Amino acid sequence: MNILSLFVLIPLLMLLALWLARGVKGVRGVMVVGASALLALAVWLTFAYLQWRRGGAGEEMFLTDSLMWYAPLHICYAVGVDGISVVMLLLSAIIVFTGTFASWRLQPMTKEYFLWFTLLSLGVLGFFISTDLFTMFMFYEVALIPMYLLIGVWGSGRKEYAAMKLTLMLMGGSAFLLIGILGIYYGAGAETMNVLELAKAHIPAEVQHIFFPLVFLGFGVLGALFPFHTWSPDGHASAPTAVSMLHAGVLMKLGGYGCFRVAMYLMPEGAAMWGDVFLILTTISVVYGAFSAVVQTDLKYINAYSSVSHCGLVLFALLMMTRVSCTGAILQMLSHGLMTALFFALIGMIYGRTHTRDIRQLRGLMKIMPFLAVGYVVAGLANLGLPGLSGFVAEMTVFVGSFENADVFHRTCTIIATTSIVITAVYILRVVGRILYGTCTNEAHLKLTDATWDERVAVICLIAAVAGLGLAPWWVSDMINVSVDPIVSRVASLLTFNDGVSVVCSDLSRMMAEWAGCAGAML
Amino acid sequence: MEYTLYILLLPALSFLLLALAGMKMGHRTAGLIGTLSLAIVAVLSWWAAAEYFTMPRQADGTLAALRPYNVEWLPFTDTLHIDMGILVDPLSVLMLVVVSTVSLMVHIYSFGYMKGERGFQRYYAFLSLFTFAMLGLVVATNIFQMYVFWELVGVSSYLLIGFYYTKPEAIAASKKAFIVTRFADLGFLIGILIYGYVLGTYDFSPSEQSLMQGGLMMPAALGLMFVGGAGKSAMFPLHIWLPDAMEGPTPVSALIHAATMVVAGVYQVARLFPIYIGFAPQTLHMIVAVGAFTAFYAATVACVQTDIKRVLAFSTISQIGFMMVALGVCTSADPHEGGLGYMASMYHLFTHAMFKALLFLGAGSIIHAVHSNEMSTMGGLHKYMPVTHITFLIACLAIAGIPPFSGFFSKDEILAACFRYSDVVGWVMTVIAGMTAFYMFRLYYGIFWGKENKALHEAHRPHESPFVMTFPLLFLALVTCVAGFIPFGHFVSSDGTIYDIHIEPSVAAVSIIVAVVAILLATGMYFRERQPVAVMLQRRFPRLHEAAYRRFYMDEVWLFVTKRIIFRWVSRPLAWFDRHVIDQFFNFTAWGANATAEEIQPMQSGNIQSYTIWFFVGIIGIALFMLAF
Repeated sequence: MNILSLFVLIPLLMLLALWLARGVKGVRGVMVVGASALLALAVWLTFAYLQWRRGGAGEEMFLTDSLMWYAPLHICYAVGVDGISVVMLLLSAIIVFTGTFASWRLQPMTKEYFLWFTLLSLGVLGFFISTDLFTMFMFYEVALIPMYLLIGVWGSGRKEYAAMKLTLMLMGGSAFLLIGILGIYYGAGAETMNVLELAKAHIPAEVQHIFFPLVFLGFGVLGALFPFHTWSPDGHASAPTAVSMLHAGVLMKLGGYGCFRVAMYLMPEGAAMWGDVFLILTTISVVYGAFSAVVQTDLKYINAYSSVSHCGLVLFALLMMTRVSCTGAILQMLSHGLMTALFFALIGMIYGRTHTRDIRQLRGLMKIMPFLAVGYVVAGLANLGLPGLSGFVAEMTVFVGSFENADVFHRTCTIIATTSIVITAVYILRVVGRILYGTCTNEAHLKLTDATWDERVAVICLIAAVAGLGLAPWWVSDMINVSVDPIVSRVASLLTFNDGVSVVCSDLSRMMAEWAGCAGAML
Repeated sequence: MEYTLYILLLPALSFLLLALAGMKMGHRTAGLIGTLSLAIVAVLSWWAAAEYFTMPRQADGTLAALRPYNVEWLPFTDTLHIDMGILVDPLSVLMLVVVSTVSLMVHIYSFGYMKGERGFQRYYAFLSLFTFAMLGLVVATNIFQMYVFWELVGVSSYLLIGFYYTKPEAIAASKKAFIVTRFADLGFLIGILIYGYVLGTYDFSPSEQSLMQGGLMMPAALGLMFVGGAGKSAMFPLHIWLPDAMEGPTPVSALIHAATMVVAGVYQVARLFPIYIGFAPQTLHMIVAVGAFTAFYAATVACVQTDIKRVLAFSTISQIGFMMVALGVCTSADPHEGGLGYMASMYHLFTHAMFKALLFLGAGSIIHAVHSNEMSTMGGLHKYMPVTHITFLIACLAIAGIPPFSGFFSKDEILAACFRYSDVVGWVMTVIAGMTAFYMFRLYYGIFWGKENKALHEAHRPHESPFVMTFPLLFLALVTCVAGFIPFGHFVSSDGTIYDIHIEPSVAAVSIIVAVVAILLATGMYFRERQPVAVMLQRRFPRLHEAAYRRFYMDEVWLFVTKRIIFRWVSRPLAWFDRHVIDQFFNFTAWGANATAEEIQPMQSGNIQSYTIWFFVGIIGIALFMLAF
């Protein structure tokens, strides 16, 4: 059996064990054992992968395997990982592990909560190991559905509304995605669903031009692409702590990963044509999210808009389509995943004590809960790109990569995007100054206690990961670099970055004409 | 020179130790850990300086730049990568000595100043962090490493300004400092991106050929980088954060906001000097304008401030303006031909660091004694605090440019360089030098002589500070007395060759006369108990006084930009747009789907007759459609 299947098998076993488990202690035991096993597996996989690369392996994917599942449609259970999926698996495992600790004392229906939580993790992990379009899609859906229940049942505030909105918008995205996937499958001759084989088959340019935007939008909704990001503030604000962590930390990364691995990899000509259009949207995302975060008063809203900005940077970097910028995009996914999980964990812990997330009602937490407050400052500093923490490494790689495109259009977009680092500092320091510093005057808050041991485990693990990536970025960067190459080289060869804007205009007009032609033919 | 690594490692380790375990330590242990590690760093730095400057010179008369360490930290492409390393050349060795010496003095001084303060361990942890970052900045082997540590320095400054985190002014000041410098750093970052793109390397010494190809991109890149430098070095109009940064503990102001971090911008220009001179002289001359205006502006404001730390802050801004001007007036790399300003600027950086740290530490000693920053609570303190008084006076004489104190020599070189560039710049800077002498002696008399606040001093008798605080004062005063006799041009000069400093009699005479006149003026106005001239001037020009006191409303301008434009006209509408347009659109689609469902629901009535009718309507409709085509 392929060892990657363990990433699906362990959660399945956890589900079974959770079902059988009696009492809160039993549930916690299962979760800790399972999550630790996943984390250990992910760490092992990282080292094994590095060893494999060092051994001089030239193939694109490590540990590939394929098992026929439904022959008439060529659906396989196909797995395989490259540097990108390895770091994503590592990220997911870390977040599942810390998420378990962050929801240690969750009440009521602890068992049911963890069942759905595990199912969600299963979907996420399964997505990252798959190389078959259909299984990918299936795992993607598996990850989406539990979210509805987790928010709807265990959430706070307008939870039903938020859960419904989030699910419907993401489902809307996945409808586009399904059409896109079918388009790819038939466009490539209806012979395989395997990504690696599809990449070798030639998909006609016209087909790519039509289906690229569908797939990109489908994944882009999950990656909080402007203007399809509005599920994010409401969804995050209502979700319970660990679900916010997993959602912002990992699930939103499915979007970027999918855009890269499916949309751009399989349809380079589509990407070359549509790239500039989406680049404008992502540039807007980056700045718009940052500016919107400045005036929010709910901690989770601030963080949600900040995620819009940072995830926008992921897609932005992907669309810059240079080797460095795409490496930066993956680094940014990793870094944002870790730091936003840390943020949501801390916000959840603060909210669990004070029962408010309104920054106007919180003050002087540094004196009351020093551990959480220091954690919050570290998370904030990581978010605004302090060297030595993960954010800096990712952002710098993105900006350096983007700057390799020498035309005016790309330069302008890059410079606009860089301004977000200033705005980020504004909203982060505003919150830190307001809620952590100063003197607390609220009698009820003065009696609150600092973090418990389980919360400390979650926070310390995440801080260690954020600092680890920030201090020693070279090995992750190397790992991603190699894997980004085959994808980027496909796209880059098609690009002529001379006059981006006019290319977009001519492309748009040509596309309009094509569509008109298509519509005419159909009638 | 492998041991230079420890210069970086020790403060980093001490930071980690204090940050992770500081809370469990006593104040004494924590302070000792920080101070001892810094003492070793200072010894190593001086050792490195001694070893480096006594090295045999190369054939062209320069000292070889060494790189004991350089490792790839973050790879981008084959040629572009961020390296972390240590560069040992005259400039970085000079900075190592300045930073480690002042930092050590501040560490010792803080034992007394911060005694019993809550968060003592945190304070020492942040000091170590700052020292680490600053040392990393000055030994950077490439521009990106400089930026990395540049940001770290910024954050440690943020943490230290906000050290008293329950004080609203401190919180606001720390935030302001960080955001203003961040805004400036945006320019630095874009400059670096251009630099890397055009030259294909982040190294400080790119190939001649790539520089030639750069064309107009080089002045642009350097100009943008200078924006970052101007932010850190508090050049007008990005200076607004520095006066507010005085909310931090006074030793921190001495270390960060007087001696080391604020000269990072000057250091940056000096570091890139060969490129400036060769490929962007126009940018260099633009710096003259910025520096001179800043120096003048800050000197004017300093004349009317009443908070002693604010006076010192504006005087720092003004002096950094001098250093910038000195760099800007260079017209060639040869110190004999027009590169004198470079040496002068670095010399002034060195002497200024020492006497300005001395002034701030002296101010701290005074604040420690009277528990206030306001001049109105002082006056007549010379009776109570002899050591502080004498050392403060030495520093004032130095900054005013009176021989034989160090400031005279470095300022004289700057003025000489300015006069060589153009007479206008020379005279302007001479006048500003006179203003410097005036406001410094206004400050000095206001504190130690003048009108004494007797009521306050009788209620709480001011006392001289303990030895742990006066020792750094004495040490720095000693340096200030002798630093003028260092043959500085032998160590640092624009092309690395030996340059013998010689005083130009005409320039020296003019500057001494101006300084003495200014001091006499200040004496006349502020020495006595009654100060009729000062009061009369203030009455006569109330508007001007008010404007200068309010720093010519620069803060209000910035507040308008941030509060009004960014918050009210950009962020708020955007957030509103998000909630009420984009979000409502999706809500509307959901509502639309619901409403449609509600509308067509009655059609599913279960009534066979109506189904039959619709069936036939449909059949007829399709039949007509097919007939029509």
